[in-house]
Amino acid sequence: MTAYIIRRLIYAIPILIGVNLITFVLFFVVNAPDDMARMHLGEKRVTEEAIQTWKQEHGYDRPLLYNPDASGLGRFTETIFFEKSIRLFVFDFGSSDNGRDIGYDISQRMWPSLAIAIPVLLVGLSFNISYALFIVFFRATYVDIGSVVLLVAMMSISGLFYIIGGQFLLGKLFHLVPISGYDTGVEAWKFLILPVIVGVIGGIGAGTRWYRTLFLEEISKDYVRTARAKGLSERRVLFRHVLQNALIPILTGVVVVLPLLFMGSLISESFFGIPGLGSYTIDAINSQDFAIVRSMVFLGAVLYIVGLILTDISYTLVDPRVRLQP
Amino acid sequence: MSLMPVVLWTDGLVFLLLALIGAFVLYASRHEHMRAPWRRVVRSRVGVATIVVLGFYVVVGLLDTVHFRLALDRQGDDSAETRYSPEVLSLLDLALSGLRERQEKTYSAPFATHLFVKEAIEQPDGTLLRDYPRLEYGGAHLEDPARQRGFDIAWRAAWGALQGLVIWALLTAGILWLIARSRGETPAATRATVLAGRTRIPWRTALATLGIMLVLSAVAGELALKYHILGTDKVGEDVFYQTLKSIRTGLLIGTLTTLVMLPAAVLLGIMAGYFRGWVDDVIQYLYTTLNSIPGVLLIAAAILLLQVYMSNNADDFASLVERADLRLLFLVLILGVTSWTGLCRLLRGEALKLREVDYVQASTALGVGHFTLIGRHILPNVMHIVLITLVLDFSGLVLAEAVLSYINIGVDPTMNSWGNMINSARLELARDPVVWWSLTAAFVFMFALVLAANLFADVVRDAFDPRLKGAR
Amino acid sequence: MSSDVLLEVTGLTTLLGDTVRPVRVVDGIDLEIRRGETFVLLGESGCGKSMTALSLMRLLPPSGRVAAGAVRLDGTDLLRLTEAEMRQVRGGRMAMIFQEPQTSLNPVMSAGDQIAEAVRVHEGGSRDRTPARVVELMRAVGIPDPARRVDEYPHQLSGGMKQRIMIAMALAGDPQLLIADEPTTALDVTIQAQVLRLLKDLQAKTGMAVLLITHDLGVVAETADRLAVMYAGQILETATTDAFFAAPAHPYSRKLMESLPGADKRSARLAVIPGRVPHLDQAFVGCRFAERCYAVMPRCRDQAPVWRDLETGQGVRCHLWGQAGGQPEGLTRGVADAVAAPETALEGASDPEAAAASMLQVRDLKVHFPIHDGVFRRVVGQVRAVDGLTFDLTPGRTLALVGESGCGKTTAGKGILQLTTPTGGSIRYRGDELVGLGHRRMRLFRKDLQIIFQDPYAAMNPRMLVGDLIGEGLQALGIERSRAGRMRRVAELLDLVGMDSDAVDRYPHEFSGGQRQRICIARALAVEPKLIVCDEPTSALDVSVQAQILNLLKDLQDRLGLAYLFITHDISVVAYLAHEVAVMYLGRVVERGRVDEILDDPHHPYTRALLSAVPVIDRDKRRSVIRLEGDMPSPSNPPSGCYFHPRCPDAVAACALSYPEETHLSTTRLVHCLRV
Repeated sequence: MTAYIIRRLIYAIPILIGVNLITFVLFFVVNAPDDMARMHLGEKRVTEEAIQTWKQEHGYDRPLLYNPDASGLGRFTETIFFEKSIRLFVFDFGSSDNGRDIGYDISQRMWPSLAIAIPVLLVGLSFNISYALFIVFFRATYVDIGSVVLLVAMMSISGLFYIIGGQFLLGKLFHLVPISGYDTGVEAWKFLILPVIVGVIGGIGAGTRWYRTLFLEEISKDYVRTARAKGLSERRVLFRHVLQNALIPILTGVVVVLPLLFMGSLISESFFGIPGLGSYTIDAINSQDFAIVRSMVFLGAVLYIVGLILTDISYTLVDPRVRLQP
Repeated sequence: MSLMPVVLWTDGLVFLLLALIGAFVLYASRHEHMRAPWRRVVRSRVGVATIVVLGFYVVVGLLDTVHFRLALDRQGDDSAETRYSPEVLSLLDLALSGLRERQEKTYSAPFATHLFVKEAIEQPDGTLLRDYPRLEYGGAHLEDPARQRGFDIAWRAAWGALQGLVIWALLTAGILWLIARSRGETPAATRATVLAGRTRIPWRTALATLGIMLVLSAVAGELALKYHILGTDKVGEDVFYQTLKSIRTGLLIGTLTTLVMLPAAVLLGIMAGYFRGWVDDVIQYLYTTLNSIPGVLLIAAAILLLQVYMSNNADDFASLVERADLRLLFLVLILGVTSWTGLCRLLRGEALKLREVDYVQASTALGVGHFTLIGRHILPNVMHIVLITLVLDFSGLVLAEAVLSYINIGVDPTMNSWGNMINSARLELARDPVVWWSLTAAFVFMFALVLAANLFADVVRDAFDPRLKGAR
Repeated sequence: MSSDVLLEVTGLTTLLGDTVRPVRVVDGIDLEIRRGETFVLLGESGCGKSMTALSLMRLLPPSGRVAAGAVRLDGTDLLRLTEAEMRQVRGGRMAMIFQEPQTSLNPVMSAGDQIAEAVRVHEGGSRDRTPARVVELMRAVGIPDPARRVDEYPHQLSGGMKQRIMIAMALAGDPQLLIADEPTTALDVTIQAQVLRLLKDLQAKTGMAVLLITHDLGVVAETADRLAVMYAGQILETATTDAFFAAPAHPYSRKLMESLPGADKRSARLAVIPGRVPHLDQAFVGCRFAERCYAVMPRCRDQAPVWRDLETGQGVRCHLWGQAGGQPEGLTRGVADAVAAPETALEGASDPEAAAASMLQVRDLKVHFPIHDGVFRRVVGQVRAVDGLTFDLTPGRTLALVGESGCGKTTAGKGILQLTTPTGGSIRYRGDELVGLGHRRMRLFRKDLQIIFQDPYAAMNPRMLVGDLIGEGLQALGIERSRAGRMRRVAELLDLVGMDSDAVDRYPHEFSGGQRQRICIARALAVEPKLIVCDEPTSALDVSVQAQILNLLKDLQDRLGLAYLFITHDISVVAYLAHEVAVMYLGRVVERGRVDEILDDPHHPYTRALLSAVPVIDRDKRRSVIRLEGDMPSPSNPPSGCYFHPRCPDAVAACALSYPEETHLSTTRLVHCLRV
């Protein structure tokens, strides 16, 4: 298993280099360092000198990918790409365009993101599993049919409407919770309730429907018939045998998104004014702050790969059949 | 009337898509294994009902895809050359020119006769009064709106419904006659079987859905002649018109994205699974890398780039419409880049399985070459997966458009789309009383489309591969 | 209740599918099972025998329902019990084991837990005793070292062990009746022998009755006290085992028996049952077997035969028995058919010269699959699927490659055709070396070497027309470039395999299993091969259909002079078809020789054990089963010395030292064993 993890981590390196290369190309091919300098200096009458100074200050005074003036390995290392990317690998994100330390910002803003994402995940998961079990227990009755119709309808509603509707109903009409905003410490809870509720409700349609099909798939398997032939009650068959088997894909499906919870939710954070990483990213996109966007892309890629590795490991933990074959 | 056809980039792609669908239909109709699942689709009640609903959307979308520029009136100018208006219009615009042109000053509620905000109105006696002014168009034909409006609306709705019913009756009679002819019965006998719901294809459901849709359309059409049935927005544009125009955007994103990503996904997926070895390694590396970039960020980065490029090269675009169209195309492309990996991985797995299947082995034993083998044995046996993915992805993409437009990385802000409608309307929720109609309109139209698409996708999936039930 | 009847089924009717056009999978069945006896329900696939069992247990799939009838277990009508009461019966008074032990156990629950669950449901006693009872049950079903196995998961157990766990679970409630639905079909013969033995022993110990469901006449002969033959949802015949095998009363039973291959039928064609089982969604007027019956009479078609009890104690549903007492004359006609069949015996069988000119020489063939491990996925081991295979094949003859699952016989067949790349050794076809040829250069030999697969359903692209399927090789190898020419040739080929030429424009799914296998044979024959690798071509087919295919293969060999490499696990097929036999164990041939030499006088201990495990109908020919201990070891880690020595009853210390060299017993015969 250790060998497997080490190998997966080694495999991650070329992937991360690829990710960096893609973002780098995206940002610099159209938007050359000269353009960036002009944009940031902002004035119409920008002198060539000012541009050069800006580039030097921000480390953009080297060739992009290949440096013909240098020798040996330096041809590749003394470039903007190498210098900007290699720091990312040690999680040194540098500073944003307005001079703030990105690493510090991330470490500060990931907590509000987690404060929403974790409750949404946990509450959503338990609700969806319970509801799906309930439907499956009453399968092929009107409870089942009605629920499926409801779930498909819920799936067909854009997430935006859940947020708007939630804000309107709970916030504006009933004045139960503040519409948006955030507070530090314990006081944060009242700002978190609405986003969490909305997040959970928004996920019911797709989530419950998916779990229902997982359960139904398991229920048609041979071992369930064996369990019934033993004389077990339907409840025990469902909770002991079916649930246990269906939990494998459910749990591993959760594990893969676990690391990405740090990234926060783009939409709901900006709607609810939560100072998390999601709204951080959106702000960066809107203000065209490439340094932040690139850092977030890198962070997202790292977390995604971690998620994949965790998924494989979690398989070995919950499924006795799986042994990691490196 | 002379006009000059304009084919925008996305129009071209739509025509290509139509041609492909036509070719596919031709192919499918000749192959039993394709015909049989489609037969199952049209024999399901949900299947036919959703087909009818989707059909209405598609017709609106297609009408909105035929673009042209109208000739300008030659005002005393005798030069031989016809000059065309710079404005690019579509057939839909032409059909709805009434709605398009009846612009109010600002917000007005559905069926309102007065503006939503108070204005200083000069009274005949010269005094200024702050009140809600009458709308220029909405209900302008009424002399005493407060008294007449309710009756007028009801009367027009009934008149519209009647028109809808007549059209429906004619269509139904035609369809029944055709069915009767193909079954060799009298129309009366056919009508009895259809009414009893005993036909293989559930015509009763199909015709009932058609009736509901036709009546709704006719009522809306009749009322829209005199009212803003869904109100007007901030600049006084008719919301009903906006929603109808948004249909094309939603449909395009949902279909063209898949069309764009299909070749890469199918080719790479099958190659990776079939050849294995280094080919597999390279392709897997490619999609893992692309997959690990958060999709929204990749789209954001690409759209930002496009904006920079467009502002740097603003002269290259003849009109706002073309510019918005190019942005839509670019969005479709980048959505394609972020969404091909799922299908690619699915096909890789399937190809890995298929290459070990006996009939592929038998083919190898008969000396069939690699590419013939892929074309003859692998591709036809993964087509159902491609098709299922295609319909399953559609609704997700329509929903994605709204979200992306909300964070300003979706379609051009000048383009009509549900996302843009929501985006501009949500700020007005804070108003009191609430401006709710733009949101509601976008919600209803989007919900109907996505729900129909979701239900249709389920039917298609079950018909093509019962094993894949709940593959998502 | 003092009656010795334990289970009484009357008029059981089970429907499957929608209400508009339901399928009557079980149609009015009457059965009686007595205490302590083994009652066999015999029938081919799709006859409704499994559905009958599931109806008894009330475990039908969601679309199934019992429409009529009564099931009385010791006087209680099971169909009238509430679900809660029925749960007490299930696994309690009446237990069931299933065909596929691989899928019938919960994969994420340990074997011990699964047994314990059954114990707890049916034993109200103290919970502390449960673990002890689990170990006791596991010991009772012959699981070695039960205390350790308790914590193992199903995937860690072999197929035979899993079936034993299933039986242990069934025994937990001390059932009066055990229903075993094809319990050994998924298992190898040596394991099958173990499991059948176990069932017999348990029955003797506990006095429970067993309802065994099977399609295998050999299994019936070795286990049954009484039996019922099922066809198309109905019972056609009931009899005691002795009476049945002495004189089957129904034409169907008779044909079934005659279609079994075997050494004694070598010189004759096998009897076949034409046509296919009728669909059960229709209303039958006459006898359901009428369309396929050799003794059909006019009234069979328009009058359903009634049940008749004969004085021999048999019961039968056939008009032949209607006229008068005694043996009806129409019944024996089938036997005459078989004898009158053309003599197709191959004189070559005893011709020593034929052996001289071999067309395919396989020498020390190895197919290894690497096992990767570690950070850099270095190769740390090999799965030795085929590990040094040597044989010769002569034109016009059949070499049977025999072995149990996992012995590498299929891999060997694919390796010879280069469908799997061999890792060592040599394959010479008419002097040309095939090993190491690339995709392109191998094409020169594709014409001569062809293959037929086990599963006719997977062997044809479902998206292609039969005409294109058969013509594919002609096109690919450039033999017949014009489409018209190809279609002409395809029509000839279809005729050759006994099918109508209108099959050309149809899709594979429109044909039955046997017809599909004929199409597959036609496809292989299209390029006029000299050698066909037949990879278990009949093991997915019913006995009566298998007979058709075996007849066809034999005819084709006579007419076209084909050589077959016949890969199989079925000894009776070997006896019927093969000229030479090579017995494989763990990737190697342990014994090779002429078919009569091997089957009549096996020398290698493994061959002897294998042959003794095959169920035989004829009591006089039965050998006492040599029980093999344990399971076949993993091919990634074969034992030292002789691969067979850990399980060998005759092993001595020297066996563990080195792999035995070949010992030539005669010009045609060799064996790898120190003790010979």
